[in-house]
Amino acid sequence: MSSATTEEVIDYSVTPPLVEGNPSLAKINDSIALPTERWPSKKYFAALSVTLTMLLIGVVALGYTLYYGIGMWGNNIPVGWAFDITNFVFWIGIGHAGTLISAILFLFRQRWRTGIARAAEAMTIFAVMCAGIFPLIHLGRPWYALFIIPVPNQHGLWVNWNSPLVWDVFAVSTYFTVSLMFWYIGLIPDLAMMRDRTTSKVKKMIYSILSLGWRHANRQWQHYEKVYVILAGLATPLVLSVHSIVSFDFAVSILPGWHTTIFPPYFVAGAIFSGFGMVLTVLIIIRKVFNLEYIITKDHLDKMAKVTLLTSMMVAYAYLMEPFIAWYSGSPFDWYTVVARATGHYAIGFWVMIACNVLIPQLLWSKKVRRNVAVLFVISLLINVGMWLERYIIIVTSLYRDFLPSSWHIYTPTIFDFGILIGVFGLFFTLVLLFSRTLPVVSMSELKGVTEGAHPHHNFGAGHE
Amino acid sequence: MSEKRLYGLAAIFDTPEKVVAAARAVAGRGFTKYDSYSSYPIHGIDSAMRLKRTRIPFVTLVAGLSGAVLLVLFTWWTNSVDFPLVIGGKPYFAWPDYVPLMFEMTVLFGAVSTVIALLVVWLNLPRNSHPLHDTEFMKKVSKDRFGICIESDDPRFNEIETRRFFEDLGAESVDSIYDEPVDISLRQKVLDPKFIAAIVVVAVVSSATTYLALNKMLLIRPWSSLNAQFKVNPESRSTFYSDRFGMRPPVTGTVARGHLPDPITVSDNIAAAEKYLVNPLLPTPHVMQVGQRDFNTYCSPCHGYFADGNSRLQGQFPSPPSLHTDSLRLAPDGLYYNVITNGFQGVMPSYARQIPRKERWAIVWYIRALQKAQNPNGPEAK
Ligand code: HEC
Repeated sequence: MSSATTEEVIDYSVTPPLVEGNPSLAKINDSIALPTERWPSKKYFAALSVTLTMLLIGVVALGYTLYYGIGMWGNNIPVGWAFDITNFVFWIGIGHAGTLISAILFLFRQRWRTGIARAAEAMTIFAVMCAGIFPLIHLGRPWYALFIIPVPNQHGLWVNWNSPLVWDVFAVSTYFTVSLMFWYIGLIPDLAMMRDRTTSKVKKMIYSILSLGWRHANRQWQHYEKVYVILAGLATPLVLSVHSIVSFDFAVSILPGWHTTIFPPYFVAGAIFSGFGMVLTVLIIIRKVFNLEYIITKDHLDKMAKVTLLTSMMVAYAYLMEPFIAWYSGSPFDWYTVVARATGHYAIGFWVMIACNVLIPQLLWSKKVRRNVAVLFVISLLINVGMWLERYIIIVTSLYRDFLPSSWHIYTPTIFDFGILIGVFGLFFTLVLLFSRTLPVVSMSELKGVTEGAHPHHNFGAGHE
Repeated sequence: MSEKRLYGLAAIFDTPEKVVAAARAVAGRGFTKYDSYSSYPIHGIDSAMRLKRTRIPFVTLVAGLSGAVLLVLFTWWTNSVDFPLVIGGKPYFAWPDYVPLMFEMTVLFGAVSTVIALLVVWLNLPRNSHPLHDTEFMKKVSKDRFGICIESDDPRFNEIETRRFFEDLGAESVDSIYDEPVDISLRQKVLDPKFIAAIVVVAVVSSATTYLALNKMLLIRPWSSLNAQFKVNPESRSTFYSDRFGMRPPVTGTVARGHLPDPITVSDNIAAAEKYLVNPLLPTPHVMQVGQRDFNTYCSPCHGYFADGNSRLQGQFPSPPSLHTDSLRLAPDGLYYNVITNGFQGVMPSYARQIPRKERWAIVWYIRALQKAQNPNGPEAK
């Protein structure tokens, strides 16, 4: 403790208040609704213009791809999966932290999630939307995507139920649906509050429609709370299943470097790791831009950094296990892939990935680092880079040296690959910015429930009854 | 316009403690049509209001399980019944592969029906016409106050007494909430020219876009690129081959599947064929059955069911002879095979195209059986 400066001294034996300064209920309404009611600042428009520019770059690159076909990309046999599937796995993974925060931490009665859950859930939805683009455009002729949906068609054929790619469609669309409902259900009471405080007629109409006429009545809350728990209970195994199924896309094949049983847990841990990296990035931006430092406190960042550290170590364990199993199995092909990864054409990517995902997160052991927002922001960005590279390395290095040396091929991304990559980041952050401007970024009803004195006899228990 | 009606009395309280105590008192008085209001769920108010546990979890359970069951039935029907397809050497019904999907469908059905049940069945939403909407009461509750509203429909409701009761409980204010039913005549709305115009516009726009999308858009690039591929279609012209045909003739000596030539070319040397061709089949019941089926199908129209020439076509065609003559009974099997394959004397046609080789031999066995049946003691019996 002595090494820390006075304002940084934290007594971990006492749970810090979840909301700093214990604002009144009315103040919560005012401050969270503020960004949606005020004409946004110049900072906001500056950020929006950057993200929209990125989005535009992506739209142009995508337009070329759709018109001329995916020959515009660097993909070629045997590297048939590259940036597209890397992006897909990356964005699905980003989404997972949102569900983890909103559902799993809810079930574990971690009340500190309140300040960050809404934004994290929104992030999940936007990330899954970004992810969904990639399998579609990867088809080359996206208008044939319907073929993967089991509906009667003129060929009389059904889908291949044994294929992980079909499971993927089911898993990702279920994930999107459930996350969206979870988010929307959480939004209803807040939308009703917005409806009751707005003075603009148009906004009132929109909020009335969206809040479905919620009345804050206890006979509504009674059922509502149960449903929230049920949805959290369903979303928790769902999030684990989604990335497991995504990992089956690889693990079920026979390619060295993909064909391993460690993939499902490894992918899930990696997803949560990268997701927490992204949540940190997004929340640090939001709390700064909208002055929500007293709601998204340093304690929140501290706790998220701890989860990040934990998942980083799980990922590191998987990084160790992969070469070990390759060596232990005695399969020369597996071992060759391991060596090709670490020393081959893509070795730089591999070592940057190790640095970003394993070495740099070790800094988070220090409390000082965890509570230093600027450093944390940089680390979170590096984690994003590292985890993107992880998927890239898994996909490309396994494919570029396949069983048949005559078909070996070095993959080089083209400007269109990068354009789409930039564009999808633009899309994500544009959506985040629009969200934080139009909807309450923190759940007001939940936040009210965790303020001091919100319940008779200061009876804090996360359950209602 | 119908008249204002008193919907109920709504009291505002300033702390959660007070509203919980008030809810307990209201329930204790025996009121049933009332509700308490707060912008977040307050602990302990359910038991104060004596509410029963919600039954929504049953919806989740039933819907979730039926999701899994429906998925199994669907995968089974599609891949085992409707279009049986072997994939990766697995059985048609490869259930371990369906486990991930069963799980996903459990979650999907469970979650969607729980949410729909909550909103539509339990909460009766969407409903924006409730009398409490747009009241001062609702605004306060939604901000930082807590409220209880007793409806005038409650048998114990009495405007003056209930108001006093609330005040005794420490209410900050008590408002009367009025119901202003709006007279909506559906007929008028439907016949409103604006409404009709809107419907027409929507119909025209949507059918026009559908038409353009399906009949025009799909014919331009990139949607049409599947049709505009650089490949040689059958019957198309080729600049590559000297004969300018895109379609190439098969290599000389190519034999179509199932059309291997006979070991002895029957038409070349009929005498030898009749002598040396030997029936390769044994007269098993199955062979006899196939022979009977084929004889009845192909031969009986002319030769009759018993090969005696007494047939349905008698008199309309050169009458075929009875196959029970001595010479035919003594003739070798190869003769029959040859007649079926090549026809006979330009009157009986060839059946080589209709009847596969093995079945021709089965017919021969059947004719032999017919001959035996007609003449058990014929010359060939010796
Ligand atoms: C379109 C009518 C027709 C059909 C069908 C037909 N035949 Fe004949 N078949 C004849 C006629 C007519 C003759 C006699 C030809 C002649 O004597 O010039 C004949 C002759 C024969 C002979 C006698 C050959 C000989 O050496 O005297 C045999 C054996 C025979 N048919 C077998 C068959 C068999 C087996 C079938 C069924 C696959 C069959 N036929 C179907 C019209 C038919």
